[in-house]
Amino acid sequence: MQVGILYSRIRKDEKLLLGELRERGHEVTKIDVRKERFGLESTTADVGDLDLVVDRCLSTSRSLYATKFLDSYGVPVVNAPETGDVCADKAKNSLALAEADIPTPATEIAFTKEAAMEAIEEFGYPCVLKPVVGSWGRLMAKIDTRSAAEAILEHKETLGHYEHKVFYIQEFVDKPGRDIRVLAVDGEPVAAMTRSSDHWLTNAAKGGETTSFDLDDRALDLVERASEAVGGGMLGVDLMEVGVEPEADTGETGGTGSGEYTVHEVNHTVEFKALDSATDVDVPAKVVDWLEAKATAAAGDGAADDTAEAHT
Amino acid sequence: MTTDTDPVMAEDPITGEEIELPADVEVGEIIDSPVTGTELEVISLDPVVLEEAPELEEDWGE
Repeated sequence: MQVGILYSRIRKDEKLLLGELRERGHEVTKIDVRKERFGLESTTADVGDLDLVVDRCLSTSRSLYATKFLDSYGVPVVNAPETGDVCADKAKNSLALAEADIPTPATEIAFTKEAAMEAIEEFGYPCVLKPVVGSWGRLMAKIDTRSAAEAILEHKETLGHYEHKVFYIQEFVDKPGRDIRVLAVDGEPVAAMTRSSDHWLTNAAKGGETTSFDLDDRALDLVERASEAVGGGMLGVDLMEVGVEPEADTGETGGTGSGEYTVHEVNHTVEFKALDSATDVDVPAKVVDWLEAKATAAAGDGAADDTAEAHT
Repeated sequence: MTTDTDPVMAEDPITGEEIELPADVEVGEIIDSPVTGTELEVISLDPVVLEEAPELEEDWGE
């Protein structure tokens, strides 16, 4: 197949993907989105002969616009812009999960610091304040006291970009020092790992320690439904274990092995180098298997469209 | 004569020193300068040109 890779930075994830694609004899066109222009009917990017384009943009805004424009030209692109639109925004992400009846942390949005303060007081301390757009655990705040809340809200309102004036407030989930990252393709898990840390942020990007994780039936069901809720594609589904009362002797909570989960986020330009290292799964190979299937399906859809046009 | 496994040599744009890159280096790849630790972006391969990589921006990530 001829596959395009949208990028602005080749990380280890993209190198793994490029290596696997080339090893299988696929023709790869790297498309540096910083060098291209996207018009209403065409683009300077060489996409005409591509069977599939894979969005690997590091920048969320570039990812959203580039995929939207390519999709408008009829170029098959993964992930679809609709999926990116939901996943790139934590508020839309939470809403999509809740609408699909998937357990997700209680969340409120507020537009002024006064309203945000009311939400924080109702959640109680600690609770969490996150930017609606952002990644790698950046600018996330665990709020332990009212005075901390007042300071953070004032800073965000005074110094922030307008997006920081959309206050995304969430219950603090007392997870067992780890969360779970699942890489899934159209709801089917490729690999899963835990990310552990003594810090409340356990992201691999924050230095969380990663270990392979076996998904049980409940987790499998949630991953499939979470994927569907955001429109499917190659996704990083993040879960936290919940549901165990505090230990009488240690006071520890969180629920390791409880079999109950809350899905806090689904990511649409998922990184997988940590998963590839933490598990025995050949992650790039599984991803390329899926890309090949998507390209075949897209070719079938195109042929069907051509046939339908020929009959009209 | 060079082979696919030969390391690639390039000039560090900050210090001017010669640095060694992996043989399979790609355009667009980010390399940590072994001299300063600065992130460098591979701009071209023939000749190999490196530039200081763009700073992290707020919307970068997953």
